[in-house]
Amino acid sequence: MNLPDIIKFVIDLIAVLLLALGIKGLSKVRSAREANITAAIAMLLSVVGLLSYYLGTSGIPAQSWAWILVGSLVGSLLGTLLAKKVPMTSMPETVALFNGFGGMSSLLVAIGAFLFPFNEVAKAGALEPFINDVSISVSIFVGAITFSGSIVAMAKLQGWLSTPGWTQVKARHFVNIVFGVTSLIAFIYLISGNISSIWLLVIASTLLGIGVTLPIGGADMPVVISLLNSYSGIAAAAAGFVVDSQLLIVAGAMVGAAGLILTQVMCKGMNRSLISVLFGGSLSAQTTTSSGSGEYTNITSCSVEECALTLEAANRVIVVPGYGLAVAQAQHTLREVTKKLEQNGIEVVYAIHPVAGRMPGHMNVLLAEADVPYEQLKEMDVVNPEFPATDVVLVLGANDVVNPQAKNDKSSPLYGMPVLDVQEARTVFVIKRGMSAGYSGIKNDLFDLPNTSMVFGDAKKVLSELIGELKDLGVGDK
Amino acid sequence: MNFDSLLWVLLLGSLLGLELIGKVPPTLHTPLMSGANAISGITMLAALTAIIKAEPNSPLLIIGSISLGFALFNVVGGFFVTDRMLAMFSRKPTKKNK
Repeated sequence: MNLPDIIKFVIDLIAVLLLALGIKGLSKVRSAREANITAAIAMLLSVVGLLSYYLGTSGIPAQSWAWILVGSLVGSLLGTLLAKKVPMTSMPETVALFNGFGGMSSLLVAIGAFLFPFNEVAKAGALEPFINDVSISVSIFVGAITFSGSIVAMAKLQGWLSTPGWTQVKARHFVNIVFGVTSLIAFIYLISGNISSIWLLVIASTLLGIGVTLPIGGADMPVVISLLNSYSGIAAAAAGFVVDSQLLIVAGAMVGAAGLILTQVMCKGMNRSLISVLFGGSLSAQTTTSSGSGEYTNITSCSVEECALTLEAANRVIVVPGYGLAVAQAQHTLREVTKKLEQNGIEVVYAIHPVAGRMPGHMNVLLAEADVPYEQLKEMDVVNPEFPATDVVLVLGANDVVNPQAKNDKSSPLYGMPVLDVQEARTVFVIKRGMSAGYSGIKNDLFDLPNTSMVFGDAKKVLSELIGELKDLGVGDK
Repeated sequence: MNFDSLLWVLLLGSLLGLELIGKVPPTLHTPLMSGANAISGITMLAALTAIIKAEPNSPLLIIGSISLGFALFNVVGGFFVTDRMLAMFSRKPTKKNK
C-alpha cells in the first residue's frame, strides 16, 4: 500500500464510522440534529477522500474538474433551493422527489459505465467483467424502478395523479409481470454481452416502477416511499460494485436495511402486510361494493359556539391531528387554541397515531413547528386507555385512524388496524370540511355515534373562530 | 478488491443497518427517512469516479456530470430538509425545565 491508498483507506474508515453514528443518532430525539450534521460531514469526507486519492495517483484532468464543478454546483444549488422553499406540509412529496433523483443518479452512472467502460476490471478477463456487468444491470434495474416509482409517488401525493379505476383491474398484475419478465430477459441479454439490450432494460424497469406504484392508494403511499428509499440504498450498493468502492457498498447497504425496517414499522402501524400494499391495490377501489361503504344516518352537526362552550367546561381535552390539519396549515392556530385552554387549567394532550398524516412522524414535525411541548404528544398505546377519562376530543382532519370499524366490523377492510378509541370520550368534535370519506374511501362509523358532533369547515377557519368564541367566554384571559 | 470480500462488506453493512435503527420513536420516522435518503445519494462517489476516469471528450463526462448533479441534489437537499425538520424539535429548551 502506498500513501494515497493509506490516506483514502483511513478517510473511508472514518466516513463509514461517522455515517453509522449519524444513522444511529438520527433515531434519538436528543442527538438527531447533530447526527444529521455528522452524516453530512461524513459524506463530505468521502468526497475529499476520493478526490485526494486520484490527485495522489493518476491525477484529475482539467476537463474532469470542469464537469465535476458544473454537475455539483447545479445539483447542490437546486437541491438547497427546494429544501429551503418547500412548505413543511409537503415533506413526504419532497422526500419522494429526492429519493427519485438518487435513483436517477445510480441509473445514469450505470448506463455510463456500461456504454463507456472506465474500470480496469471491466476490461480484464475471467470472472470480473461478468460481475461488473451484473452489478451494472442491477444498478440500472433498481435505479430505474426507484426513479419512476418515486416520481409517481410524488405526483400522487401532490395530487397531480389520481388513482383511476382502470389501474385496479386484475390485468394490471399481468402487465406488470410482462414488464418484469421483459426486464429479466434484457438483464440476461445484457450480462451475456448484448449491449443494445441496455435500453430495453431501462424502459422495462421504468415501466415496472410506474406499473407497480400507480395502482397503490394514497393511504399506502408512505410505505411505498419508505420501500423506494430502501431501493435507492440497494441501487447505491450495486453502483459500489461497479466502481469497486467499499464505502459505497457499506453506505448503500445501511440505507437499504434501514429503509426496510422503517417500511416494516409503517406496515405494522396500518395493519397491512407489505404484499397487500404492493399488490392489493387501492383500498377505496376495492371497497366500493363491500359493506364498508354506506349512508350516514345519524349525523349531528354543531356550531363553533357550542364547541367552545363544551371545551370551556372540560377538564381534559385530547386533540387528534390528521392530514387535514397539515393541509389547512392550521398547526399554529391550533396551538393558540390549546394555549388558551391550558391557561384556563384544562389539561391538553395530543394523540398521535403512528400513521397520522402521510408519513410516520408527520404530525410530530408539524406540531413541533407550532411549538407544542414535546411531552404533550402521546403515542397511540399510551393515550388509548385515557380516552374514557377524557371530556372532549377534537378530531382535526383525521379520519381513518379514528374509525371504530377497525375494531367492530369484521367485514371492514380497515378491520384490525390499530385505531385511536376516541368514541370512548364523553364528547367528540370532528372538524372536517365536508362529509367526504377519508383517504381509504371508507365510511367512518364514528360520525354516526350520538356523542359525536361534526363542526364543518376548514380546520384553520374553524380554529380561528374558536379562538374568538373562547375569548368571548373569557377563557385564558386571566 | 475481490468480489467475495465486497460481498462480505455488503452483508456486514446490511446487518449494521438493521441493528442501527432497531428502535426509533415515531417522531423521528420522517427525519430518519429523509436523512437516510440523503445518505443514499452516496452514489455521487460513483459519478465522481466515472468523471475522473473518463477519456478526454468522452460522452461519459456529460453522463457522469448529470448523474453527479442528481446525486448532489439528493444529498445536499436531503440534509438541509432533514435539518429543517429537526430544528423544530430542538427549538424548545423547555423540555428539561418542566
